[in-house]
Amino acid sequence: MTAFFQSLGLPFEAAWLIATIAGILLIALPLMLSVAMVIYVDRKIWAAMALRRGPNVVGPLGLLQSFADGLKVFLQETIVPTAANKGIFLIGPIVTFTVTLLAWAVVPFNSGAILADINVGLLYVLAISSLGVYGTIMAGWASNSKYPFFSAMRASAQMISYEVSIGFILLCVVLWADSFNLGTIVEAQKGHVFGILNGFGFNPLLFPMWVLFLISGLAETQRAPFDLTEAESELVAGYQTEYSSMSFALFWLGEYGNVLLMCALNATLFWGGYLPPLDWAPLYVVPGIIWFLLKTAFFFFVFSWVKATVPRYRYDQLMRLGWKVFLPMSLLFVFMVSGYLMLTRYGA
Amino acid sequence: MIQLLAFYLFAALVVASGLLVILARNPVHSVLWLILAFFNAAGLMILIGAEFIAMLLVIVYVGAVAVLFLFVVMMLDIDFATLRAGLVKNFPLGLSIALILLAELVLGLGANSAGVLHLGVADGNAAPLAGAPNIEAIGAVLYSRYLFLFEAAGVVLLVAMIGAIVLTHRERGGIKPQNISKQVARRPEEATVNTQPEVGKGVSL
Repeated sequence: MTAFFQSLGLPFEAAWLIATIAGILLIALPLMLSVAMVIYVDRKIWAAMALRRGPNVVGPLGLLQSFADGLKVFLQETIVPTAANKGIFLIGPIVTFTVTLLAWAVVPFNSGAILADINVGLLYVLAISSLGVYGTIMAGWASNSKYPFFSAMRASAQMISYEVSIGFILLCVVLWADSFNLGTIVEAQKGHVFGILNGFGFNPLLFPMWVLFLISGLAETQRAPFDLTEAESELVAGYQTEYSSMSFALFWLGEYGNVLLMCALNATLFWGGYLPPLDWAPLYVVPGIIWFLLKTAFFFFVFSWVKATVPRYRYDQLMRLGWKVFLPMSLLFVFMVSGYLMLTRYGA
Repeated sequence: MIQLLAFYLFAALVVASGLLVILARNPVHSVLWLILAFFNAAGLMILIGAEFIAMLLVIVYVGAVAVLFLFVVMMLDIDFATLRAGLVKNFPLGLSIALILLAELVLGLGANSAGVLHLGVADGNAAPLAGAPNIEAIGAVLYSRYLFLFEAAGVVLLVAMIGAIVLTHRERGGIKPQNISKQVARRPEEATVNTQPEVGKGVSL
C-alpha cells in the first residue's frame, strides 16, 4: 500500500504513515463491527441451544441489538468508586481493549494481506496475548473491592498456566512450518496431507495439538467453561463488578475481540487460514479472505457451542488440567513432532 | 527520521518509567512502571533489529515475571509508614551502590571511546550470518558453539525448579484429594451396594 501512496507523488515517509494508518483502520473498524455482530450471534446460538428466542426485538431479527446495547452504555454515567485507585481503574479497560486490537496486526487475511509481515509473527501474538491479562489485573486491583480482586488473582494464575502449554503447542506448528511468520505458516499447510488436504489439523501428529490449542484458547480468553474470573455464582461479575458505562463496554469489546482472535488463530495455524480446505484448483476461485472468515466463523460457533453446553470448571480442576494434563501432553508432542521431523525431513 | 523519533520516544519513556519505579509511593504503581520500562526496552530492541530478543523480553519479563511480581505485590499488606522508615538507615548503602554503578558507567563509556572491543569476531567463527533472520542466527550459534553452556543452563534451571517444588511441597494428612481417573473409572455396579440391614443394626460400607 505504501507503493500506491508513493505513486500519488508523496514522499516515502508520508506514504508509509498514511498507508499504515489506512491499514490499521481497515482492520480495526471491520473488527469492531464484527465484534458487535458476533455478540449478537453468540446470544442467538446460546438462546437456540437453551430453546429460547434470544434477541429479536431491535431491528430485523434483532440484528441491531448490539448497537442498541452499545448506545445504551455510551449514554450511561461513568462511575468511579471513591475507594478506587482512579488512574489505574480507568487505564484497565483501555489496556484490555488496545491489546486486543494490537494482536490483529500480524494475522494474514489473504495471501499478502497482512499489516505487519514480521519474521516473529507468532511470537508477537504470544507476547501481546500475554499482555492481555494486565487489563484484568489492573481493573481487579484498582477497584479496591474483594470480588474483583479475587477475579484478578484467578485471571493471572490462569493465564500464566495455560500460556505455558500454548507455547509448546505452537512450537509443534513452528517446527513443521519451519517459520514464525504467520503467512509462511499458512503457505506451509498447502497440500500438507497427501498433497491434497490444506491444514496442519489433518495431520495425525498435529490434530491432538489442535484439540489442546482449542481448549487452551478457551482458558486463555476466559470463556466458558473456564470463565472463573467472572463466575457469577462466586464473584458477582468478577473484575468488571465496579465498572459501568463505556469502561465496562471496553472490557466487553476486548473480550470478544480476543475470542475472535483465538478463532482466527485456530483457522490460521491449524486449518489452512486463507487456503481452501482442499488443494483443488476450482476452490481457489473463492477469494482467500472468504475462506478465512468462514473458518473463523466456524470456530466462533464452536466457542459458543461450548459456552452453551459445558458446565463451569472448579478452580483446582482448571489448574490440574493445565499443569498435569496439557503441559506433559504438549511436551510429549514437541518431542514426537521434532523426532519425526528429524527422521524424515532432516535425515536423522 | 521515523526511527530517530521512535528511538527518542522509547528511550525517554524507559528512563522516565525507570525513575518512576523508584519514586512511586505505591509498590503496585512501581511494578506497573517497571512493566512500561520493559515494554519500551523491547521497542529499543526492535529498533536495532533484534526482534527475537524484543519478543522474548515481552513474553518472559512482561508476560510472566512481572505478572508474578504484581501477583505478590498486590497481596502485600502495604503500610506506607514502615516503607519509608528504613530510608535513613539504608541511605548510605543505596548511595554507595549508586556510586559504584556510576563508576561502572563512566568506565564503560571511557573504554568504548578508547576503542570498541570486538567480542566473538576475533577468530572469525562467530561472524553474523548475513541475511538470516534473528531466530535462525541465534539458533545456529546456540546449538553449535554454545551447545554445552546452553544445555548446562537448562539443567541448572531444572534443578532449581525441582528444588523449589521439593522445598515447598508438603504432604498433609486428613485431606481427600480428588482422584479424577478413579472417579471416571467408577461404574454403578461397584459403586453401590445393596444391603438389607436388620432394624437397629448399622451397616459398614
